[in-house]
Amino acid sequence: MFKDIEHLIRLAAVIVIAVAAFVVLRAAVIPASFGQYGHYRGAAIAETAARPIAFAGHDVCEGCHTEEAEQKKLGKHVVVACEACHGALARHADDPSALTPAKLDTAVLCARCHEANSAKPKSFPQVVTADHSGGIACDTCHQPHKPKIEDEKPGGKK
Amino acid sequence: MQIPVEGFMYPNEVELQWSVLIVLYPFITGLVAGAFILASLERVFRVQAVKPTYRLALLTALAFLLVAPLPLQLHLGHPERSLEMYLTPHRSSAMAMFGFVYLWYLMAVLLLEIWLDYRRDIVLKSETSTGLARLCYRVLTLGSSNISERSLRIDERLGYFITLIGIPSAFLLHGYVGFIFGSVKANPWWSSPLMPIVFIFSAMVSGIAAVMLLYMVSTRLRGRQIDIRCLDKIAQYLMYTFVIDFSLEMLDLLQRIYEADESFRSLDFMVHTRLWKSQVIVQILLGTVTPIALLGLTQILKLTETARKRIYALAGCLTVIGIFAMRWNVVIGGQLFSKSFLGYTTYKMGFATREGLLIAIVLMILPFGILWVLVKLLPPWPDAVSLSASGATPAHGTS
Repeated sequence: MFKDIEHLIRLAAVIVIAVAAFVVLRAAVIPASFGQYGHYRGAAIAETAARPIAFAGHDVCEGCHTEEAEQKKLGKHVVVACEACHGALARHADDPSALTPAKLDTAVLCARCHEANSAKPKSFPQVVTADHSGGIACDTCHQPHKPKIEDEKPGGKK
Repeated sequence: MQIPVEGFMYPNEVELQWSVLIVLYPFITGLVAGAFILASLERVFRVQAVKPTYRLALLTALAFLLVAPLPLQLHLGHPERSLEMYLTPHRSSAMAMFGFVYLWYLMAVLLLEIWLDYRRDIVLKSETSTGLARLCYRVLTLGSSNISERSLRIDERLGYFITLIGIPSAFLLHGYVGFIFGSVKANPWWSSPLMPIVFIFSAMVSGIAAVMLLYMVSTRLRGRQIDIRCLDKIAQYLMYTFVIDFSLEMLDLLQRIYEADESFRSLDFMVHTRLWKSQVIVQILLGTVTPIALLGLTQILKLTETARKRIYALAGCLTVIGIFAMRWNVVIGGQLFSKSFLGYTTYKMGFATREGLLIAIVLMILPFGILWVLVKLLPPWPDAVSLSASGATPAHGTS
């Protein structure tokens, strides 16, 4: 009897070995903190928190750049944080000589928000840049910190 | 690359996220399930006429099953991470759970059934072959060369039991693919409880047609005579399954037309414009109505063997094309319209890109390459068994 099911016993042994190998591999490769809070590695939270701070925050920027801050308060960009356009500049805030912020290409930067798209609310200022400026940098006409052009009549073209 | 858009699309809808590779995924999985169900006709339902295709169907299922996850892997940015679904299974992810459905079907059903069915041949070949092939067969015997009558009878019984489990497993495999689409409630083109059932029947249709074609081509290549009785029977089953499949799809359509919910006008417009060729012409007229009519002709008229063979070949090819078009219309069609129902986008297929046409062609050729290797290793032909058996005497047979 045993002889006739020997191959099946061998097959069962192969399956048991494969399952055991999987269990060992699983134990070896799954990080210890996996599942601590949810379906992810718990230690990832502490690791992320330990990363150096990259953004200074607009309060810090406005501490030195008072003129730009005043300009911003007069326009709609008052709600846009400085580093949303200028990028993360904590290093510059710590030591202004350590890092000089790069000059921004407004033809590209402004279009990120203001390129016309049917999905955007109608009240949001948007233009087809190809027709509106034809690749000319936006700050040729608009002052980015206070973008509305003063000569424009109220309710006119934005 | 500018994608032509008509009307209003939300920004994230303009470019299709699921490409031709995701079309291949249900298509290939369907061939697997269908081929296995054809094999089970002989094993479980004792349809002796289809016996010549039993082993070929099993090997076809295996060859295509091995390739089935590749389109998904290529679609992923980090394919190596897909294995994590086995290490840290996420039970709320339908796609992650498919990994287990796939593994179950591959390991517990298909490989086991093939091994049990071929064990006698493997043992005989391990004693007659030489070199690398011998080593390969020896490994496959797992060190046991007992092919006594009793042990083979046990294999037969166990194989039968596995096929019994295999039928619902094959239904689960492809039904699950249908469930993945059918459960996307945000997409009215997919969201339908009929989806898993339609997928199962279309899988059976494509699998049966593919094995029928493979049987015809392989028999011809080997210079043997096609068993017309077998072919007639397969074609008959193909027609029955196809009629059920078509009826289900039409029921789904009827339901949608009568229900006419808020998505209907948009989807109806899409079928009449963007999907007209692939859905109405290729899928329904060429890929469904024509093969059903052709197969129906063979049942009504008294045709010669040659005429029947030609009709079966044509109907088989059209069926496979039609089912591919069905997968295309489900996957691609489901992404062409806006969730606002106010606009339509276009699918631009790349050529030599990661998810382009070239890769899709390679992925469709690959299963045939694997099948060729499998056929060389484990010949599925009924005459091959007797040839190998006559060349060797079981060394450890106790019968």
